[in-house]
Amino acid sequence: MAKAIVVIVGGGVGGILTANLLAKHSKQIQVQLIDATGTHQYQPGWLRVPFGDYRPESLRYPIRRLLHPSVELITEPAKHIDTDARHVVLQSGKQVPYDYLVIGTGAYPHPEEIEGLAQGAHTFYTEEGALRLNQALQQFRGGRIVVGVAGFPYKCPPAPHEFTLLLDDWLLARNLRQQTELTFVTPINRLFPIETVAPVFENAFKERNICVETFFNTESVNSEKRVIASLEGTELEYDLLIMIAPHRGAEVVSASGLGDRGGWVPTDKQTLQVKGHENLYALGDATDLPVSKSGAAAHFEAEVVAQRLVEAVEGRTPQHLYDGHVMCMIETGGNKAMLINFDYQHPPRTPKPSHALKIAKGLFRRAYPLAVLKAPLTAGVGFFVRPGEA
Amino acid sequence: MLTSNRTIDARGSQCPGPLSELIRAMKEAELGEVIELWTEEPRTKTDAREWCEKAGHEFLGVESAEGYERIWVKKAR
Repeated sequence: MAKAIVVIVGGGVGGILTANLLAKHSKQIQVQLIDATGTHQYQPGWLRVPFGDYRPESLRYPIRRLLHPSVELITEPAKHIDTDARHVVLQSGKQVPYDYLVIGTGAYPHPEEIEGLAQGAHTFYTEEGALRLNQALQQFRGGRIVVGVAGFPYKCPPAPHEFTLLLDDWLLARNLRQQTELTFVTPINRLFPIETVAPVFENAFKERNICVETFFNTESVNSEKRVIASLEGTELEYDLLIMIAPHRGAEVVSASGLGDRGGWVPTDKQTLQVKGHENLYALGDATDLPVSKSGAAAHFEAEVVAQRLVEAVEGRTPQHLYDGHVMCMIETGGNKAMLINFDYQHPPRTPKPSHALKIAKGLFRRAYPLAVLKAPLTAGVGFFVRPGEA
Repeated sequence: MLTSNRTIDARGSQCPGPLSELIRAMKEAELGEVIELWTEEPRTKTDAREWCEKAGHEFLGVESAEGYERIWVKKAR
């Protein structure tokens, strides 16, 4: 019997883990992974590049080295997905046929959507941006810093808050905190979207004298006058501005008519099938699922997608369902971190920051390529750490 | 029931999705336009009312529908 061909677009957490989980079934399934660059980036590490803690090179992994040998890697941008003809068209025009397709094409910041944001604001959401911010911080001698969220959605929701707390530590260590006014801006009326987690950040920001501007929907940035203005009519002057731009889905998704207005793939929240396409799956940041855009969500989704694909290829009715499980280790400054764990049914409990979790987070970063992506030792870990029971 | 110039169906979107959709629509709307928002998030009505107060827009009202709520907001500045 001919092998079923599963093509995966995107070499992020979801794509690589799905490929490696399917590789165990290489007798029935041939797996091909398409990635534009051939390099996997450990994006959570960019948070600490501005502080000089990590070099960007240490966060890059050649995808070939992360993949099971039986998985074929195609290093070329995917330009179009033709769901009628069942093939992916690459930049060169080459067509890659599939029986099943997995879309794991990610989310990307679009600063150009807000007037002046690209010119006036720093970011740590790209490797280049994180390095440029590192240089700006080294030259900073005190003044007004504004950090914040310029628009929803964006990936890794706690990252701007983590950054602000780490920045406070960094300024304190350099005797610059007293000369610095630190303000955090957010489009909504509380510091963090998840209600049970918001108080932890609110207390930490209060203790550290970090001003918070809620209902601040960034309308424009004037980089000459160094002023950021909100739709609500508030203006803030700054010497250093660090903003997270609203994200959109990948171009290939929109170009193929598979995305909604934001370029997100309409995805069934349990089966992870692309709505209206039985042989298409989507996972990670690329979807329109009502869960955080994070590597952990992509990880748990990859397990479900891989299991369902194996069931389908073996002629069984796919039964595994995604329950919305997400886990997040969050830096809270002062050498501490906290863990939140939740799914569709159970919101996270209010977490408690600890030194042990900070150490765990550091260890996770080191173990990540081997434990999470290459040899998925952690596959199935979700069953042991259920939200509400952890 | 109020009449609106535009309806945004944000059902299925979790917090803060519906409010973000409303704010984006208000940014694009003309002065005096009424936007209707459909949401399954029970918190959205309170958030939308608070946002209107801060941003200087008019919160016209909320009505329960089957499994969701309809919220009307008018661009006032």
